[in-house]
Amino acid sequence: MLIAATLAVFVVMILAIIRGVVGPTLYDRILAVNMFGTKTVLLISLLGFVMGRPEFLDIAIVYALINFISVIGVLRYSDTNKFSHAPTENKSLKQEP
Amino acid sequence: MDVILNFTGALCLFIGCFLCISGGVGLLRFPDFYTRMHAVGVTDTLGAGMILIGLMFYSPDFLIFAKLVMILLLTLLVGPTTSHVLAKAAMRNGLMPALEKGDNSKEINSSN
Amino acid sequence: MVVAFAIIRMKDLFAVVMLLGIYGLLSASFFVAMDAVDVAFTEAAVGAGISTLLMLVVITMTGRTEKVTRHKPLLALLVIAITGALLIYGTLDMPYYGSADAPIHHHVAPRYINDSMQEVGIPNIVTSVLASYRAFDTFGEVVVIFTAGIGVLALLSVARRPEDSEDITALDDSMHEQNLVLRIITKILIPFILLFALYVQFHGDFGPGGGFQAGVIFAAAIILYAMIFGLSNARKVINQDFIQLITAVGVLFYGCVGLVSLFNGGNFFDYNVLSSDPIAGQHLGILLIEWGVGCTVASVMIIIFFNFAGRREMQKINNNNNNQESSS
Repeated sequence: MLIAATLAVFVVMILAIIRGVVGPTLYDRILAVNMFGTKTVLLISLLGFVMGRPEFLDIAIVYALINFISVIGVLRYSDTNKFSHAPTENKSLKQEP
Repeated sequence: MDVILNFTGALCLFIGCFLCISGGVGLLRFPDFYTRMHAVGVTDTLGAGMILIGLMFYSPDFLIFAKLVMILLLTLLVGPTTSHVLAKAAMRNGLMPALEKGDNSKEINSSN
Repeated sequence: MVVAFAIIRMKDLFAVVMLLGIYGLLSASFFVAMDAVDVAFTEAAVGAGISTLLMLVVITMTGRTEKVTRHKPLLALLVIAITGALLIYGTLDMPYYGSADAPIHHHVAPRYINDSMQEVGIPNIVTSVLASYRAFDTFGEVVVIFTAGIGVLALLSVARRPEDSEDITALDDSMHEQNLVLRIITKILIPFILLFALYVQFHGDFGPGGGFQAGVIFAAAIILYAMIFGLSNARKVINQDFIQLITAVGVLFYGCVGLVSLFNGGNFFDYNVLSSDPIAGQHLGILLIEWGVGCTVASVMIIIFFNFAGRREMQKINNNNNNQESSS
């Protein structure tokens, strides 16, 4: 059951990466990275149990904190002019590659 | 006793995985940023919580159990905060939700 | 691979920073899968956390999109392709991953694995190799970090003029009443993060951890405080001169441990002579140098962040002054 759970979390991480690469607006990508981070915390905890080394839980705690701080940092520094969208439409202003 | 513990743990893990996968599918299929964020925010926190509770049933000694409790508290505290901050920042920066036709003339109110 | 390709091709720098965060995490997951716990710890904390934050502060100063390159760098591509091909050709001769007769498993590593418990007496072999067998290399690493901090200070140090302090507080970009939820959650979390940093520092003998990771976590807590409550408040809490002093003290502390063991008759960084019992001497030596490493790493990260963010504030103040001059 643990291995099945690990595989399921891994599949969700791949889905999050797809949204992170595709996502049309910037905030989609921030959301994808946040979700990727939460799933990584779960993946590390599950892998710790699967491989029989419960020291991985320390890494999981660190990663949960770092994920939170990174998303807050991104949002804190996105208050400048260069990141705003046009106020009346639902598309973003930045150039798409 | 062991069988009951294993079974409950497996059940919690199963519920947690189902929630996480549905959150992931929702991330890909929903049409708009705010709906996606709703899907991810709810299922992320609850799915992570259920998976961690399921892992608690598998833990061999008390220190690991305590660490899992700490990770659970941290996730429950941090997950909804991130959703709230993300939505607030998106709203303030002008990303409008895709409402019904005819409602898009609402201006953003930046004093909240 | 997909993530690396996407990083190179995308022009929007903000998205690139996000993808760099994902890339750092994937590396940490690989290290976890290969059962290397300390490396995964450090990669998760530094590569996915602090690097993303620092790159973000830089991006807010430089702008969001990359400059379009006018020429196709074909020559560089050719050089890289040839070098990559040569490297791959060189690895064809290496033994298989984890095979038992690889050279690294024969000479030095068995001695570390077999003798570490008797000679040093702590369960975590990575810490014993890092802090006791190879203490001199770790000294080099700490000096490198210290030099990076000095480099940032030399290039970016903002001379704070006292008459601009009113401007700085008027430009105070902390999130006040608009973000009550975030401020309260941060107030709850920061003591916990600091305590966890101390736990990782002192638990490095038994589990993953040690000085480097603890320093990074400590700096992350201070950076969180500075981001939410404003840079000027953070400067009042953590005085910049004090932090610069701590940086130097960390490196000095590390070197002094080596010197004390010289004075006591052993080699440089030989911990056996630090106390009456060799094992107790090893424990004491490892404790002291990990503390030195933690101090230096934490204070260098804080200095780098304060200087980057202070630079950005200076830029904003200059922009505001220019706007006021042009409009008045």
